[in-house]
Amino acid sequence: MKIIRRYSDSERVNHWLVAICFVLAALSGLAFFHPAFAFLVHLFGGGPWARILHPFIGVVMFLAFLLMMLRYWHANTMDAGDKQWLRQWRDVVANREDRLPEVGRYNAGQKAMFWLMVICMIVLVITGIMFWRPWFAGFLPISLVRLASLLHAIAATVLIIGVIVHVYAGIWVKGSIGAMLRGTVTERWARKHHAAWFREINK
Amino acid sequence: MSSLQTLDIAQRSATTAPSPSIRQSPEVAKLIDVSTCIGCKACQVACMQWNDLRDEIGANAGTYDNPTDLTPDSWTVMRFSEVVQEENRLEWLIRKDGCMHCAEPGCLKACPAPGAIVQYANGIVDFISENCIGCGYCVAGCPFDVPRISKKDNKAYKCSLCSDRVAVGLEPACVKACPTGAIHFGTKEDMHEYAETRLVDLKERGFAKAAVYDPPGVGGTHVMYVLQHGDKPELYHNLPANPRISPMVGLWKGIAKPLATAAIGLTAFFAFFHFVKVGPNDAEAPDVLDVDDGIVRNDDPRPRA
Repeated sequence: MKIIRRYSDSERVNHWLVAICFVLAALSGLAFFHPAFAFLVHLFGGGPWARILHPFIGVVMFLAFLLMMLRYWHANTMDAGDKQWLRQWRDVVANREDRLPEVGRYNAGQKAMFWLMVICMIVLVITGIMFWRPWFAGFLPISLVRLASLLHAIAATVLIIGVIVHVYAGIWVKGSIGAMLRGTVTERWARKHHAAWFREINK
Repeated sequence: MSSLQTLDIAQRSATTAPSPSIRQSPEVAKLIDVSTCIGCKACQVACMQWNDLRDEIGANAGTYDNPTDLTPDSWTVMRFSEVVQEENRLEWLIRKDGCMHCAEPGCLKACPAPGAIVQYANGIVDFISENCIGCGYCVAGCPFDVPRISKKDNKAYKCSLCSDRVAVGLEPACVKACPTGAIHFGTKEDMHEYAETRLVDLKERGFAKAAVYDPPGVGGTHVMYVLQHGDKPELYHNLPANPRISPMVGLWKGIAKPLATAAIGLTAFFAFFHFVKVGPNDAEAPDVLDVDDGIVRNDDPRPRA
């Protein structure tokens, strides 16, 4: 079984830093969003601590994500093959990968996820700072604070849904979680899921 | 206020199941008759005395307003407005500002901390400060700009309508202290009845538009005003003419909650059942095109053994 390196040590540390921050920010954020999740504040030492920690965790997440964004920006531009890939989403979800156009380092679904996360993260950090108490909220007109609160909740919901899809894709496409944990994939994995990338690295 | 054991909680923040509510009590209201207020601030003093709060001594900002705004330590403030509607006729409109105790409180709707804000059956909206997490959502929820977050402890504070006094059959401290009887307290029904007599008097004296301020946009309030110029509440230090919970807060703490929760749950649900139906996408799995491993699959054209 031939092994190919897909993610460097620093890429993986970067990814899991964002992932850990995301889980903590999502759990504490959900606690403030709906009473059904209010019990989650106890994971953080109670309501006031959850309220204090959430924005700091969010800022760390954004800064770490910013690095990832810069790393992967160029690998995520859409091309004609990606549009065709998206049109054939039925083949994608039915595991009929052989019918899809050849995929490079990332497929169109991964690219769409990248841009979705970029947008959500930017909206979250800007709106989050806007109603961060006691530091910033007091300096803004109340109508902006209200708008920020609403947009923050919407962006967070979209991001949480996006991450569920992202995590599930990692479970579904076997070998992907290993790629991000240990940094390596098998030759078969690369040929099956990212044939164009495989050819590129073997030039 | 702190939490007193109660059997009459009508609404509790961030709580979906019913709260203890077997005890019935009539709705109460405080009626502030602006036309008989002399701006002496005895109510402010009574408020700080009963609640045992001492605000910092501020500086004169050129008006009689002292302090110049509501603070975590000053739950009521007299607002002095100098109004000239007709030439050479100055009116000094003095409004006692503070929590309006809305029937549909925006603070309670926005609050994410279970039990940090409660509304009793008598209509009083109370902050249970020990449950407050200091997020400031109540500030965003309030259509009257009332809650204030303390810099000392990051808890929100506002007028409790002396819920502790009312619970034992006393009137709020400000009502007791008012020397002109401009502040009344009783059942909401009685207060409306009394206010009608005040309107008759005011209309006789030439205030044709005199009215009671009990805005329907927030379901009515448990602090009401008698206003000489009932058609222009803005004259009274920008008292909103039609206060209501902001539509943005309504969305955020209304329909967005079940919709987002359902969308998140459904995504996980569909992902799981996608796996159940389609199974993993496994590059390592032996397939029929590989080598003949002797396994006959469903889609294999070869006959089963």
